[in-house]
Amino acid sequence: MSPVMLDLLVQSIWETLVMTGASGLISLAAGLPLGLALVATDRGGIAPNPWVNSVLGAVINAFRSVPFIILLVALIPVTRLIVGTSIGTWAAIVPLSIGATPYYARIAEVSLREVDRGLIEAVRAMGGNRWAIIREVLVPEALPGIVAGFTVTLVTLIGASAMAGAIGAGGLGDLAIRYGYQRFETSIMIAVVIVLIVLVCGIQWVGDRLVKRLDHRI
Amino acid sequence: MNSHVSVPGQTGAIIADTPLADAVVRLENVKRHFGDTPALDGVSLTVRKGEILGIIGRSGAGKSTLIRCLNGLERPESGAIFVEGRQIIGLSERELQPFRRRIGMIFQHFNLLSAKTVEENVALPLKIEGRPRAERLNRARELLDLVGLSDKAKAYPSSLSGGQKQRVGIARALAARPALLLSDEATSALDPETTRSILALLKDINRKLGLTILLITHEMEVVRSIGDRVAVIDAGKIVEEGPVWSVFADPQTDITKSLLAGIRPQLPAHIADALSPEPGGEAVLGVDLAGAAAQGTLLAELPRPFRLLHGGVDHVQDQAVARLYLAVPAVPAGAVQTFIQFLEARSARVEVLGYVTGHA
Repeated sequence: MSPVMLDLLVQSIWETLVMTGASGLISLAAGLPLGLALVATDRGGIAPNPWVNSVLGAVINAFRSVPFIILLVALIPVTRLIVGTSIGTWAAIVPLSIGATPYYARIAEVSLREVDRGLIEAVRAMGGNRWAIIREVLVPEALPGIVAGFTVTLVTLIGASAMAGAIGAGGLGDLAIRYGYQRFETSIMIAVVIVLIVLVCGIQWVGDRLVKRLDHRI
Repeated sequence: MNSHVSVPGQTGAIIADTPLADAVVRLENVKRHFGDTPALDGVSLTVRKGEILGIIGRSGAGKSTLIRCLNGLERPESGAIFVEGRQIIGLSERELQPFRRRIGMIFQHFNLLSAKTVEENVALPLKIEGRPRAERLNRARELLDLVGLSDKAKAYPSSLSGGQKQRVGIARALAARPALLLSDEATSALDPETTRSILALLKDINRKLGLTILLITHEMEVVRSIGDRVAVIDAGKIVEEGPVWSVFADPQTDITKSLLAGIRPQLPAHIADALSPEPGGEAVLGVDLAGAAAQGTLLAELPRPFRLLHGGVDHVQDQAVARLYLAVPAVPAGAVQTFIQFLEARSARVEVLGYVTGHA
């Protein structure tokens, strides 16, 4: 592989990491509160509100049912409003975050729902308010699942970021299509696939280690 | 409701008119329905300062609903609940929070937070109260010392045995220095030996700290070993209430008798099967004795020969309580009656269970 190609590869890795990392963090920051809201407003939750619950559920389902490649194009005006441009790595972070947030919200919801109701009752019996229940019970007890779900979301984002090449975001997927596929540079294709495998394995490994360390349930 | 008010050494008036100041919690005609079925159907009850009150009933009798009404986790439809003299029905969730801090609670399945260490679990009520970290940890250490788990402060609950978990639960319930400890079937998930040690700890805390304890259970043995008073609940109503030894010596209702069946001598099955309601042969008598009568030389003084079929003397709250099954020849006529009158004159309670012929 020529030094030019190597430079391209390194730059693409960086772009993929930026897109995945930034949109991952945003979907964590937005998805976890959404997941909490879904669990809290559900019947028998700590702040039951069927109306809010069904509206929230419907919005999340709507975003989740749009294919990412469509979302990418449909959100161009929004992206332009937020980032100032609709082209490039930073521009891709907007649709990636908006696509991954509802996905992560559902994953977080599942973990939060599994928290033993007896623990919530124990903290209520101590005189804890809703915030105490969230801070001391729901989030810490669901943390292993929240972290495991975040790992899954990051891996999904790596895949989705390949499509962001369509709006000139760069990244590994874009490199593989433009050089590996369209210009028959087999060595680039192989290199990209290997890098992706290493990246995904690395993220999963770190995630699994973290979950094991956080989980004191058994 | 059957009240055991005529207790030797205590006058009825003291029990009937408990001064309000002495009541940690008082319920008046509390009602709660789930759909059409009443879970609590007009419950009135007073928990007095410093006592251990046991509430016993079968599952579904309303015990859990009752205990959860006391700290506002369950909201009754009508009635009044006073915690340390103040009515809590009608308070908002936020207004209830300070009252809940005055009431500690332990649970059947311990409900310890798995993500927190033992000392963090114990300190949690104080964290919720907003106390500084140093004070929380000091208090946690103090309480872990009290329950004998100082060496487990940094461990996670998952590494503890059931008995140890419940000790942590007790320490946590005491952290905020509550006026009342609620125990919701706290020993039901434990083996008999661990149950005894947890009950001994509760009794110890009751004596040392003067802490009022209300425990609900379906096991009479729990009430027998540490209760001062007992209230029997059935279908949402308190059907019998009184000092534990008195209820044991003289149960008034069928439900109480059946709850007692496991720990009081029962007529052996082969004799019970042979019983006939027709007079003849020998009369089989069930005799309940309590206090001095149970410890005296009563059996030696009985006016006619008899066979002791089964029975025993138990000690509840340091009172002797006896349940005996006697067979008395039914001839000559009036012999059984003489026998019963003699026993009743010595404050025994006698019931004729039936008659047996031959060698039952």
